[in-house]
Amino acid sequence: MGSDDLETGEGAMKIGVCVKQVPAKDAPLAILDSGAWIRESDIGFEMNEPDGYALEEALRLKEKHQGEVVAISMGPERAKQAIKEALAKGADRGIHVADADFYKLDPLGSARSLAAAIEKENFDLILTGLQSDDQGFGQTGVLLAELLGRPHATIIMQIEVADGRMRLKRELEAGWFQWVDLPLPAVLSIQSGINKPRYATLKGIMAAKKKEIATIDRSSLGVPDAPTQKIVRIYVPHKTKKTEFITGQPKEIAAKLVEKLRHEARVL
Amino acid sequence: MKILLITEQREGKWSKVSFETLAAGQQIAAQTKGSLAAVVIGKGLAALADELALTQLEEVLLVEHDLLAEYTPDGFSIALGQVIQSAKPDLVLLPHTYQVRDFAPKLAASLKKGMIGDCIAFRYENSQLIFVRQMFQGRTNADVVFAGDAPWIATFQAGAFRADLVAKHPSGKAPVKSVPIELKPEQIRTKPLELFREAKQAVDLTQAPILVSVGRGIKAPENIALAEKLAKAIGGELCASRPICDEGWLPMDRQIGSSGQTVAPKLYLALGISGAIQHVVGMKGSRTIAAINKDQNAPIFEVADYGVVGDLFEIVPALIEELSKPH
Repeated sequence: MGSDDLETGEGAMKIGVCVKQVPAKDAPLAILDSGAWIRESDIGFEMNEPDGYALEEALRLKEKHQGEVVAISMGPERAKQAIKEALAKGADRGIHVADADFYKLDPLGSARSLAAAIEKENFDLILTGLQSDDQGFGQTGVLLAELLGRPHATIIMQIEVADGRMRLKRELEAGWFQWVDLPLPAVLSIQSGINKPRYATLKGIMAAKKKEIATIDRSSLGVPDAPTQKIVRIYVPHKTKKTEFITGQPKEIAAKLVEKLRHEARVL
Repeated sequence: MKILLITEQREGKWSKVSFETLAAGQQIAAQTKGSLAAVVIGKGLAALADELALTQLEEVLLVEHDLLAEYTPDGFSIALGQVIQSAKPDLVLLPHTYQVRDFAPKLAASLKKGMIGDCIAFRYENSQLIFVRQMFQGRTNADVVFAGDAPWIATFQAGAFRADLVAKHPSGKAPVKSVPIELKPEQIRTKPLELFREAKQAVDLTQAPILVSVGRGIKAPENIALAEKLAKAIGGELCASRPICDEGWLPMDRQIGSSGQTVAPKLYLALGISGAIQHVVGMKGSRTIAAINKDQNAPIFEVADYGVVGDLFEIVPALIEELSKPH
């Protein structure tokens, strides 16, 4: 295992995949009085959807090239649930970087902590999702690559591995794509939609119970805490547009809306 | 405040967000009584640098090298790191494009600095620059400030500022200065290969006067037919937010948003679309927006002219019936 084997073109891949736990998509968000963060106690959490595509890609690479998939998540105790989901889908083991005040970290602080926690693993490949659905910084993959001294590529739509290198399809803007070639070991941020993530099977869920989750306390990593940026306040934005809400029974709503679109907005 | 704007071009053509971010840079420079310079980076870009010099800038820094002819994250980070270290700006601004997302965090980290990405606005209050960015898929905003010493690096989202507000140079033209950089082939680990477009687009959604757009609220692929029926009844084309195309329920060429098409039809009817920023940037220019969503706090209502809070599976059939009546 490891990159030495890969250079011969026969090696198995040791893949780390970063999965974050974020508020469930339909969770009603309430902001703390301090404005520092949301009220976590009232809501459910789930695996960040973009990370699900990275996990699926990691599992497929392992199925093709052999090796190991390690799911890594940083966050409070609840973040272990995202790791358990990854294990149920087929990841081999997990690493939980524990920090109850995780939300206070800036992107560089998060990436430094993750890098310190996984450096010794010497992954051939590290995958992340495109961005998180909570803070949405979209920086973790690129920062991990820089901090670990690895090359990277982002917004990846296809991965081909051969002879210790990868040929990657990157999505650019306005319908353009580009193939890029880069050597392993490396870090990739996966574009959402690259694959169809699998569901965990009952067998997978049972098997996950025997898989190992190593916990590393973030404070034990010796990463400097001085942030480069600070969230002053989170708030619900003021509306820039006045929305006219149409109410009533479905039939009434339909009649009123069509009337307004025809005679007020004059767009029909 | 001394500000440095990094512009973006591809194959000698400006990325439009470059000028929007230039407008942002000019506004921050004016409010902080500072200065703004701009960087053009690549190869063979003297004409673009001259064009940029016609805008209100202290100077244009032209950064050219054979190894920058094609974009690579290594090449751009190393070169721009050198430019920043010699120009010593307080604030570095970039447009939040796919290319910038690919290298700017690395550039910042190589300088041991952080980056505030994807900002939609700024405020200058009590001698402090505050950046506004969206979180939770546009459901909240956050005011963010830099901590620690300059340089600070920030990016602005497409559409956040108006490119037509860019001020012209007061006395004609800013000086263009070539900045030498050192770059060796072995420092670049990524090999860019061919650029291409996927199969030509079957539908040009940008030309459709009416669009009916579906989001997650449509729940299952078999329900797409309902939206299609409405599109037919109202005389519009069918389109969708990214998750629907990711699921394969509609083809990728029907996708609206930052990774799909940007549209501005007469009427945009959003069905079960929450209104994440990635979607809204692609449709907020529509003349009239009507939205149906079961969640009254969905951010789509921030941009909607007409809103219906309710079950689209009850309202859409009623709409189809209403539209079929003679009038």
